[in-house]
Amino acid sequence: METPLTRLINSNRPALNLKDYEREGGYQSVHKAIKSMTPAEVTKLVQDSDLKGRGGAGFNTGMKWSFVPMNNTSPTKYLIANADEMEPGTFKDRLLLEGNPHQMIEGMIVSAFAIQANISYIFLRWAYKKAARLLRHAIDEAYAAGYLGRDILGSGYNLEMYLHTGVGRYICGEETALLNALEGKRATPRTKPPFPQISGLFGKPTIVNNVETLCNIPHIINNGADWFKGLSPGSDAGTKLYGVSGRVNNPGLWELPMGITMRELIEVHAGGMKNGYQFKGALPGGASTDFLVNKHMDVKLDFKSVAAAGSRLGTGTMIVLDDQTCPVGFVHNLEHFFAQESCGWCTPCREGLPWTEKILLAMENGKGRAEDLQLLDMHTKYLGPGNTFCALAPGAMEPLQSALKYFKEDFDKHINEKKCPWR
Amino acid sequence: MKINVMSPILLTAEEKEEIDVEIGLVPYRKAACIEALKIVQHHRGWISDESLHTIAGYLEMSPEELDSVATFYNLVFRKPVGRNVILLCDSISCYVMGYEKIYEQLKARLHISFGETTTDGRFTLLPNACLGTCDHAPACMIHHELYRDLTADQLDEILDAYK
Repeated sequence: METPLTRLINSNRPALNLKDYEREGGYQSVHKAIKSMTPAEVTKLVQDSDLKGRGGAGFNTGMKWSFVPMNNTSPTKYLIANADEMEPGTFKDRLLLEGNPHQMIEGMIVSAFAIQANISYIFLRWAYKKAARLLRHAIDEAYAAGYLGRDILGSGYNLEMYLHTGVGRYICGEETALLNALEGKRATPRTKPPFPQISGLFGKPTIVNNVETLCNIPHIINNGADWFKGLSPGSDAGTKLYGVSGRVNNPGLWELPMGITMRELIEVHAGGMKNGYQFKGALPGGASTDFLVNKHMDVKLDFKSVAAAGSRLGTGTMIVLDDQTCPVGFVHNLEHFFAQESCGWCTPCREGLPWTEKILLAMENGKGRAEDLQLLDMHTKYLGPGNTFCALAPGAMEPLQSALKYFKEDFDKHINEKKCPWR
Repeated sequence: MKINVMSPILLTAEEKEEIDVEIGLVPYRKAACIEALKIVQHHRGWISDESLHTIAGYLEMSPEELDSVATFYNLVFRKPVGRNVILLCDSISCYVMGYEKIYEQLKARLHISFGETTTDGRFTLLPNACLGTCDHAPACMIHHELYRDLTADQLDEILDAYK
C-alpha cells in the first residue's frame, strides 16, 4: 500500500531538510511542472486526477483552479494554503506540517504556477508553534535553492511566499473569512459570488487550498492522474489521512486508501474501544458532521458513501462517542464551541447558536423541558443550509440533528429524570 | 465602545521597525493591523487602550476601527494577562478524555477560574478551542509550550516550571 503523503514522515526524527528532501525525490514536481508543462496542463492533470479538496468540502481541486481567469487582465494573483486547522477533533494538518513542511511548500509552488500566482501565503493557526518554526526554515531553504523568489529555475516565473500566523478564531478557516483576516479585518465571511477565484485577496483572483490537498499535488504531477486514481479502490481517488480520537485503544492518524470502512478504521487502526467502553457513535469528519452509529460500521469513508449514510466525510478525522460519555453533554460541548466561534455577522447564527447551547446546558443541569426537544429541532431547520450567511451554523446543526435522531432516549432521560444520568 | 486614553504612548523603535516590515508586505497600511497588534502584544504582553490608540494612529485608522478587529480575535488580549497564559483545550476530544478534571485541579491549585489571573500575576487561565492534538487529549498550552495526554496529578510539576 502506497502512502505518498506520509512516506517521509517519521515522528522519531526531525523533519527533512531541503537537501535530504531533494535526495528523496523532493521538488521534482517543480522542475517538471515549470520546465516542461504549461499552467493549463498542470491544472488539467490535477483535474483529471479527481483530487477532491481535503479541507472538508470535497470539491475537485483542478476544477477550482480552472475558474481563475488566465487572460492576464489581473497580473496579481494569490495562492493561499489554509493551515488554520481549528475544527475540534481535527489534527491531520499538524502531522503534515510538522512532519514534512517542504512537501506542502512544493505543492504550493506547483499550484501557484498553475494559476500563475506570484504571491502565496500560508495562513497558519497560532497554536502550531513547531510547524511555524519548521515552515519558516523550510521557506528560507526553498528561497536559497531557487524554488522561490525571482526567475524560479531560470524559467522567468516569480513567486513570493509568506507565513501568516493567526490570532485564534475558528471562522478564519472559512475561505472568504480567511481572506478578510489576511487583509487585517474582522474575519467575517464574504458574499459569494464573486468567488475568490475571480475576486479574492485584496480584490484579486485567489485560490485557497487545504494543507492536505496541497501535499497531494507534487505526487500527482510526478506520477500522473491514473496513478492517483489507482491509490484507492473506491469511488474517490487517492489516499486520505484518517484520524480517530476518543476512548479507543490507539488514537492517532493513518494514511489509508480513500474508502476504507469505519469498522476497519476503528477496530484495526485505532485498536477498538478501550476496555470497559462500548462504541455509541462517531462524528466521521470533525465537529461539524452528523453522527454515524453502529449500523454504519461498514460504511466506506469516502465523500459519496458517507453522504449516502447521512453525514459528511469532512476532514476524515473521527471523534468517537462511547457509552459512558453523556451524548447531551457531548453535543452541548460542541454547541458551546460553535456559539463562541460564531463571528456574529448573521442573526440566525449569532442568536440561534447561544440559544441552542443554553437549552442543552439546561438539560444537563436537570432543567430541560419536554418542549425543548421541539425547540432544538426547530433550530436544526432554521440554522440549516440556506438560512445563514456561511456554513458555520449548518455545520453546528449536523451533530445536533443526528444526536436528536439516534440518541433521543438520552435526551428524554435528562428531561424526565431532571438530571444528567451520567453525572 | 469608548476607547479610554489616559496618556499617549509612543511605539518603540523596535516595534516601529517590525511593524514597518509588515506594512511593506501589504497594499495599504491598515492591512497590517493584525500583525501590528501581534507585535505590540509580543513586546508589552497585552493591548491597552493607549497602545491601541497609538497603533491606530500609526496605521492611519480610527481607534474604534482597530478595536473592532482587536476584540474579534481570541488571542489579542485587551486586558492585562499574567506572565504565563494557560490555554486549556475545552473542545470535544478533550471533553471526552476528561479536561474537566484538569480544570478542577487548576482551579484548586491556582484559585482562579477561566478568564482570571492569579494575584501574583504568574498565571492567567483561559479556555481554548481545539489545540489540534486530539489523539493526545486532554491537552493544554502554557506560555507557548504544548502539554498532551495530561493527567491531573502531573499539573503540580508542570506549573512549578513557570515563574
